[in-house]
Amino acid sequence: MIQADDVGGAVAAPSSLALDRADPHPPPSADGPPVLSVRNLQVSVNTPGGLHPLVDGLSFDLHRGRTLCIAGESGSGKSITSLAIMGLLPKPAVRVTGGQILFGGRDLSALAEGQMRRIRGNRIAMIFQEPMTSLNPVMTIGTQLAEALRAHAPLTAAAARAQALAALQAVRISQPERRLRQYPHELSGGMRQRVMIAMALPLRPDVLIADEPTTALDVTVQREVLDLLRDLQRETGTAIVLITHDMGVVAEMADQVLILQNGRMVEEGLAAEIFEHPREDYTRALLAAVPRMGDGSGQTAVPQAPLVQVKDLSVRFDIHGGLLQRVVQQVHAVEHVSFDIAEGETFALVGESGCGKSTIARAMVGLVPHAGTISIAGRRVGSLDGAGRMALHRDVQMIFQDPMAALNPRMTVGQLVAEPLVIHGVGTPGERRDRVAALFERVGLDRSHLDRHPHEFSGGQRQRICIARALALSPRLIIADESVSALDVSVQARVLNLLAELKQDMGVSYLFISHDMAVVENISDRIAVMYLGQIVEMGTRAQIFGDPQHPYTQRLMAAVPVPEPGHVRPAMPRLSGEIPSPVHPLGAGPAQVRLRDVGGGHLVEA
Amino acid sequence: MWSYVARRLIQSVLILLGVSLVTFVLLYVLPADPVRQIAGRSATPQVVESIRRELGLDQPFLVQYWTYLTGLVQGDMGRSYLQRADVATLIAARLPATLQLMGLAIVFELVIGLTLGIAAALYRGRAVDSVLMMTSFAAVSAPQFVVGPLLLYLFAVKLGWFPISGYGTLSHAVLPALTLAITGSGWYARMMQSSMIDVLHTDYVRTARAKGLTRRRVLLNHAVPNAILPIIAMIGIDVGIFMGGAVIVESVFGWPGIGQLAWQAIQRVDIPIIMGVTLVSAFAIVLGNLLADMIAPLIDPRIKLR
Repeated sequence: MIQADDVGGAVAAPSSLALDRADPHPPPSADGPPVLSVRNLQVSVNTPGGLHPLVDGLSFDLHRGRTLCIAGESGSGKSITSLAIMGLLPKPAVRVTGGQILFGGRDLSALAEGQMRRIRGNRIAMIFQEPMTSLNPVMTIGTQLAEALRAHAPLTAAAARAQALAALQAVRISQPERRLRQYPHELSGGMRQRVMIAMALPLRPDVLIADEPTTALDVTVQREVLDLLRDLQRETGTAIVLITHDMGVVAEMADQVLILQNGRMVEEGLAAEIFEHPREDYTRALLAAVPRMGDGSGQTAVPQAPLVQVKDLSVRFDIHGGLLQRVVQQVHAVEHVSFDIAEGETFALVGESGCGKSTIARAMVGLVPHAGTISIAGRRVGSLDGAGRMALHRDVQMIFQDPMAALNPRMTVGQLVAEPLVIHGVGTPGERRDRVAALFERVGLDRSHLDRHPHEFSGGQRQRICIARALALSPRLIIADESVSALDVSVQARVLNLLAELKQDMGVSYLFISHDMAVVENISDRIAVMYLGQIVEMGTRAQIFGDPQHPYTQRLMAAVPVPEPGHVRPAMPRLSGEIPSPVHPLGAGPAQVRLRDVGGGHLVEA
Repeated sequence: MWSYVARRLIQSVLILLGVSLVTFVLLYVLPADPVRQIAGRSATPQVVESIRRELGLDQPFLVQYWTYLTGLVQGDMGRSYLQRADVATLIAARLPATLQLMGLAIVFELVIGLTLGIAAALYRGRAVDSVLMMTSFAAVSAPQFVVGPLLLYLFAVKLGWFPISGYGTLSHAVLPALTLAITGSGWYARMMQSSMIDVLHTDYVRTARAKGLTRRRVLLNHAVPNAILPIIAMIGIDVGIFMGGAVIVESVFGWPGIGQLAWQAIQRVDIPIIMGVTLVSAFAIVLGNLLADMIAPLIDPRIKLR
């Protein structure tokens, strides 16, 4: 537990998770036999061409109270490994074809389903990446928690409910009694992940497998969930297998680290050793690709004429009610936001989910009605005729978070990249083909793949296809909405490099929307921090990262995991409860944030 | 919730108004003359004229429609030309039989369709799946005037399990309800199969398995309630389909419902009855859809009626 003491002031007195169990658990220690031992594991998928190994030659030992981080990029076999341990592989297509998973003297890979079921959720529990979809939407939280307990312990309904309540208290959820009666959709992502943890831990499993448990969460929520996992581990002695792509998370949580690439173990060892003296090139590359805050990378802005001017932008969504369906409330998604983006500048909007940053992007391309003025390259969005809108859409292109969802699966990638040219009637078919091939090469893809479909590419390649499509019309502004958030770090680094190169070569401006402070620091010239639909701080990269003034900006930065084991995080006060609601009755609204210049154009909430 | 229901009912008045107008126009332009039907072939022109005047059929279209509407608002659906009785009374006498038939048919549809669909999803890609999906396809394609006599022959004539025709006991209702339900069962089986396949691949079903729940519990408590959601909305539409089917099924089985009433009225151009049955059917469809919309939030808490 080398990490346990670093949390410092962040640890509140943990409430007890104890169940009525006969034997008290001994304090965590590395002595004794491992609780989970994987020996030479091979998992293969059945393809028409025979068995194809997805994971091969994987071995590790996990001791009580320890955390093993399995790190690697998508497709490295991390999730397959965890599903193999849980016996949840999609059989018969994917199955264990070699090696052993030893747990309590038994080989899990050879157990019958009935025996495996008794271990699952009881001795080995798992939490998943997607808290939004991992809970049954038509069942109350209380029922889902109680059901997990009653599957393994002979409890009455009332006793199970009482323990479910205790579990919710242990994961430090606000208003736990009320949560029991609520449905998943009434809870935020962070709260749902706490519920998942509450579901996994009351039976004091020997092993907890957490598959990217914080990837889908905001950075401040991630911080709290990681703290929670560590506190609970210290209390219960559960061994954790933490699967993640985020080396910052690895550094904060891991005792041991295992690096996977293409289903094979690249390197294994103690966390400190891996970070300080990585033996393998791949590990070094992985660590080098991690965006770090405060490393001063990224170019300095050259002041230019403003390309985009946003003044007093507000976006509100109506909520109807009553017999006549009149507007009774409004969601104040964006409130009186003003900013400029210069020619060739990268302007970043940072903030957590629901802060209104994507709504600004949608307003800028005319996808949602807005109040205030947005002018892009001299044209006012919202007051244009058909021809004006066409011209606007030539100048402004978007790249979204999920490239698979943004590409029509039935079209070839060549058709997809050519589509903007077709829509705007640019060139002859032959010219378009050449242009598309050139774009393909520009974003680092092979032109011979133009006839393939999106599913034949990896996530990073798909995002490159989206970038090529956005570039097709030589736009002046590209809006990148969380465009690298779903990518692996090394892929992310390469895509960020590509975006930077394109800016150099083509002079394109970016509106870069992200929740990731480290990424934003690496790519942006200027940054605006948003909270509840308003900008609370805005300035150059140096101003924001060198001298963050607003408490929310400071909290965002403190929450970012740092890829150095033993890094001491400043103690931050815990967020109490949830972010306030942006929904207000008609006519009312939030207090408008006034920005004050603290020097050199660095604006902070007054 | 109740303001939602009130709004929907107000909307339904507009729908009924539209339905009444369209039906009235269609019956007006129909080449068949109801007066000829009443008077008989040998009647003198004077008699025909006096009957026409008596029924108000000599009036211009708008006057006729207005007279009908004002009556309707006062609860008067008119008098049957041939049966010497109020339309409202005739329909009221026959509605319970049709409702009984439809209720039983919905139960059959759900039980047969959902069971087959779940079974097919569980045995996806195997022989059971293909056989069930072929069967359901046949069920969807089979016309009721073929299925009805077939069931009659098999279960009433050959096996003698159910009475051949008549009305009264539950046993009388089984075969006609089954005939009415067979198309819907096929649809539901196919919808449930694809819906179940989707749901079985969701993250929350994986979570349920990771909790160590038994296969049965995962299926019944987690998969089925979610898979059933898209089917709820269909039940409302079914009421409309049943109204059409009732005309055929009630004739085949001699079931004294409003379908039979409508059939007889159409043959004899008894306009007030046709109008009445059409409006009652339209109202039943509106109500069925409203009911389905009200059931949905009971199963899916994410749906709010506003």
